[in-house]
Amino acid sequence: MKKILLVIIVFFLVLPLFVESRFWLGFWTTTLFFALLGQSWNILGGYGGQVSFGHAVFFGTGAYVSAVLQVRLGLDAWTSAAIAVAAGALVGAFIGALSFRYGLRGSYFALVTLAFAEVFRVLANAWDFTGSGFGMLVPMKPGAANLQFADRSGFYYAILLLVVLAYALTWRVERSRFGAYLLAIRENEDAARALGINAFRIKLAAITLSGAMAAMAGVFYIQYYLFVDSHVGYGPAMSVNALLAPLIGGAGTVLGPLIGAVALGSLAELTSLLLGKEPGVNLLAFGVLLLVILRFLPNGLMGLLRGRS
Amino acid sequence: MAVLEISDISKRFGGLLAVSQASLEVQAGRITGLIGPNGAGKTTLFAIIAGFARPDGGSVKFDGREITGMAPHRICRLGLVRTFQIVQPFGALSVRENIAVGSHLHERGRARALQEAEKIARQVGMQAQLDTPAQSLTIAGRKRLELARALATQPRLLLLDEVMAGLTPTEVNEIVAVIRSIRDAGVTILLIEHVMQAVMSLSDDVYVLNQGRIIARGGPRDIASNAQVIEAYLGRRATHA
Amino acid sequence: MLHIINFAHGSILMLALYAGFFLFTLGGVDPYLAVLILAPAFFAGGYLLQRYVIAPVSFGKDTNVLLVTLGLSIIIDNLALYLWTSNTRTIDVGYAQVFVDVGVTAVALPKLIALGAAVLIGILFWLLMTRTDAGKAIRAVSKERQGARIVGINVEHIFALSFGLGSAVVAIAACLLLPTFYVTPQVGNAFVLIAFTTVVLGGMGSFIGALVGGMVLGIVEAYSGLLLGESLGQIGIFVIFILVLLFRPTGLFGQRA
Repeated sequence: MKKILLVIIVFFLVLPLFVESRFWLGFWTTTLFFALLGQSWNILGGYGGQVSFGHAVFFGTGAYVSAVLQVRLGLDAWTSAAIAVAAGALVGAFIGALSFRYGLRGSYFALVTLAFAEVFRVLANAWDFTGSGFGMLVPMKPGAANLQFADRSGFYYAILLLVVLAYALTWRVERSRFGAYLLAIRENEDAARALGINAFRIKLAAITLSGAMAAMAGVFYIQYYLFVDSHVGYGPAMSVNALLAPLIGGAGTVLGPLIGAVALGSLAELTSLLLGKEPGVNLLAFGVLLLVILRFLPNGLMGLLRGRS
Repeated sequence: MAVLEISDISKRFGGLLAVSQASLEVQAGRITGLIGPNGAGKTTLFAIIAGFARPDGGSVKFDGREITGMAPHRICRLGLVRTFQIVQPFGALSVRENIAVGSHLHERGRARALQEAEKIARQVGMQAQLDTPAQSLTIAGRKRLELARALATQPRLLLLDEVMAGLTPTEVNEIVAVIRSIRDAGVTILLIEHVMQAVMSLSDDVYVLNQGRIIARGGPRDIASNAQVIEAYLGRRATHA
Repeated sequence: MLHIINFAHGSILMLALYAGFFLFTLGGVDPYLAVLILAPAFFAGGYLLQRYVIAPVSFGKDTNVLLVTLGLSIIIDNLALYLWTSNTRTIDVGYAQVFVDVGVTAVALPKLIALGAAVLIGILFWLLMTRTDAGKAIRAVSKERQGARIVGINVEHIFALSFGLGSAVVAIAACLLLPTFYVTPQVGNAFVLIAFTTVVLGGMGSFIGALVGGMVLGIVEAYSGLLLGESLGQIGIFVIFILVLLFRPTGLFGQRA
């Protein structure tokens, strides 16, 4: 297992050296981005069993807070990033405290997260402070101090670093008491409580961590694309993207979201090759893949890989 | 002093009085049995003791300390653990990982917790299944796992809810031996059981619950010959019109 | 009623809207007449979808159903986007412009008809649930699935039946909506959360609840639009949804689960 990991890491490290085209660099940058976003969902949904349909609420907060602080308050990119991640954690704690305090589980929790995402979307769209319908545009100022990179490979390495950190953290969580407790809650919350687990506190910690990680992805997004609006930031599309990668790749595993992101990215390229670039084609393929996975590989692609060994 | 003291516990579910003014005491280091016909309210009583349900009246004291209405995880941390009548395994986790969840109550480190889990597994005779996923276990295996998991939390009082249901006579004998050894190690036990010969041979004291009320208490022999108890189980020998 | 959260509900509505649209523009069929075609068609479609797609893929586990129906909605929405593009379509029927004076204000005729139809359907369903065998079977399955199975009720069939009925109602709703509404592939999404909010507010399993919930929501939507302005006003519904789920999950008239 460790050998495979080493190969993967080396592969990603040397990638930009071999990849000439902007297209493929962009492909892998985007894939790593979804791997990060997916991992944030995975912590709450895959390990904790609390399926969220509104993960955009954390992602969008990261992107918007970062943008607003830089544009409206003139703060530097790094400080804005730090505050944005904290904001994501805060939103996570808020939603978690409310939802878990009132015992929301399963489908109800999923829908509530969607409702919160929608509330934030409407607010972001309505306030001039957040750019209302026009969204937020962060001025292009290349330079590491501004968390922007003139050379696209700078962004690639940035997201790679974030992914490595996030995945290492997830790996540690999986091997900790916190992780064991999360899994227990996922499998059987009542039994977990009977064994001394404070389910509320554990779930709250999970959603806070998840929110922070998703906000980090949001920060990357805004620095990379320099634009966010209410639809991109808080819309259902990003929420769906957040859950597709881990579900396809294998929820509750460390590498699942990465595998899922690679699979989905590849599928998207394949479909545009075969079926053209009409809008909706790749999402259509994603939907089909999701159903196929749910039916035949409920443990995701990781399940397939594990079965082999 | 009694390890567990229940006084006048009552619980209503809508129109149904599930438990009515039940009082019982569990003495340290002894095995107390709670028996009664189906639907008598035994599991409800367990749920109340362990904090999963709030009584409408009465109090539960653990080591003299009032724990009525306390959250289940806090009660567990005080040393009172229950098992569930309908087994609740952590399906996707292995036997070892299941038990480790219990061990983690006192052991923060993952490696140590897993080691502790292995020890407990041996104690209950599950060492051969340590890496089996819980969902692949038979009902007997799951019941044993339930017991092992609770044991891993190092309880002072263990509430066992029909641990022997669905077991073959051989399996019952094995579990009886395990339960005895747990008691010998210093754990107080309160158990609900239907397998009569097991309860009677294990218990030092027996309480009988019928339709929510405690109708008898005493040693196993006295209970077995108690007319009210027999009536509760077999019904009145009335002539039918 | 069966406590199944169907995320594809909005997508089915969207399909029904397109079906009605095409029936009108290509076949000249008036939306109100289209009901006779679409309701049975969608009933059958919904039945087959639940029985042979949703149930097998989710292995009957309720938690999976949400994900499966999400997957379905993604497929349906994007298929529509691919086939019919995101251009907005509307139909033009003469009577859409007819306004009826209801004393306090004037209401567009189609909306009045929709109101009447909603009440009628509510009554029909109530009769269905309480007077027919199928209805009683649905209520039995809703309360105690295993028990229902034991007394010989084919649970898979009942679930499919319910889904079919739900789809048929959606088809009817679409036909009622068509005269005054627009059709795009995204139109379903807006309705999903509103539909859930209505059911959760009114209480799961209660038809009166659904009616009352719908009316309350309509008022809330109108007022929040008035007070908060057009863009902020949409928040009203979502906030209600969150509040209800947190503080009164059984809704106004619902059964305690």
